[in-house]
Amino acid sequence: MLSSLSFGDTGKMKEYHYTGAVEHRFSPYAFNGGTVLAVAGEDFAIVASDTRLSEGYSIHCRDSPKCYKLTDTTVIGCSGFHGDCLTLTKIIDARLKMYKHSNNKMMTSGAIAAMLSTILYGRRFFPYYVYNIIGGLDEEGKGAVYSFDPVGSYQRDTYKAGGSASAMLQPLLDNQIGFKNMEGVQHVPLTKEKAVQLVKDVFVSAAERDVYTGDALRICLITKEGMDEQTIPLRRD
Amino acid sequence: MASRFENCKRNGEASKVVCSLPSARKTGTTICGVVFKGGVVLGADTRATKGIVVADKNCSKIHYISPKIYCCGAVTAADTEMTTQLISSNLELHALSSERRPKVVTANRMLQQMLFSYQGYIDPALVLGGVDCNGPHLYTICLHGSSDKLPYVTMGSGSLAAMAVFEDRYKPDMEEEEAKQLVRDAIAAGITNDLGSGRNVDLCVITEDKPHNEVNQRSVRYGQVPAYL
Repeated sequence: MLSSLSFGDTGKMKEYHYTGAVEHRFSPYAFNGGTVLAVAGEDFAIVASDTRLSEGYSIHCRDSPKCYKLTDTTVIGCSGFHGDCLTLTKIIDARLKMYKHSNNKMMTSGAIAAMLSTILYGRRFFPYYVYNIIGGLDEEGKGAVYSFDPVGSYQRDTYKAGGSASAMLQPLLDNQIGFKNMEGVQHVPLTKEKAVQLVKDVFVSAAERDVYTGDALRICLITKEGMDEQTIPLRRD
Repeated sequence: MASRFENCKRNGEASKVVCSLPSARKTGTTICGVVFKGGVVLGADTRATKGIVVADKNCSKIHYISPKIYCCGAVTAADTEMTTQLISSNLELHALSSERRPKVVTANRMLQQMLFSYQGYIDPALVLGGVDCNGPHLYTICLHGSSDKLPYVTMGSGSLAAMAVFEDRYKPDMEEEEAKQLVRDAIAAGITNDLGSGRNVDLCVITEDKPHNEVNQRSVRYGQVPAYL
């Protein structure tokens, strides 16, 4: 079928032949979607993620959570390219075991964060396409959230959203947890119950507007008693 | 009306210098249509996306062409709206001057000729259906101006999911309720399995005897709220 694309500038048909090198593009990365969220409270931390794995306009899996338990007090949320998420979590698990065997104690959240930063920067020139957020309790029992970029830059936060709907969720968290951009409001510290409800509401909003977020929400609540997991259904369209 | 392409070369040059042209809002979409005994059922989802963000959760993709002819549009939202509005007004003038009710084949021919004259630069994917003096008809029209007349069609990013349902359950000469259920299920397959489609199913049932204002009523809930909500 003739289309305007096969005509050159002068109006004559373009020659179509295969002499010379033809460049084929292969991309080692894919974007599998998903959103991750972490909130640190006075004596608890929450890491939540949706469970949809997608590619392009299709859904690969509706039940693939992005929170991975590292220790009793630390959970990591990884979103981005699923292949790199799996490999990265395997590497972190192996390094945790090595540390436990040589130092006879479990790694703390801060130590895991520092180690992850060096692992990610080690691949500076062929990065892991993963957006990481670590949530857990620090040595004093207070909630801690560490957020990363794909090459290892990290900082400690009170709350952070990452992944495909992060740009929609972060302003909402800034307002509701950080009390930013509001006047004359009392800064009430966040309770566990209120934080869990906020995380649920925030993910329901994200599922409405972001096509890559949906299906179900996995919430991991970390307290000194241990880790509690819940799954809540989200929109499936 | 001759098409003018001077701006295409300018846009090509500009896109090399400046980042890129502003992107049109695309609708992702699942649209479909089926012919049954005595009429046509058209269906569409209601999600409009801009990239990966949902721009409109409840937009209307079934456009009026004439009292017994409606058209669903996918891909670029502005293109489908403008194209169908133009053909609708031209068809009304044509019907007045010929003193006859418009035929679906006339709307199809007008759409084909307009899209071909724009050589693919206008990008709607259309499912045109209606009833005229020769019975029910269903056409699908693509961006370059090609058209197919078929008993059941699907278009849009969710067309494969919807077509899977049609290929499984379509029968010729179905009753109206059966056809409505089939179209509803096809669009629902697109909504759950395609990320570009979502939210509600809009149905438009066109038969010879239904009065015009009953044909495509929005916000009239029919059937149960789906399980995924």
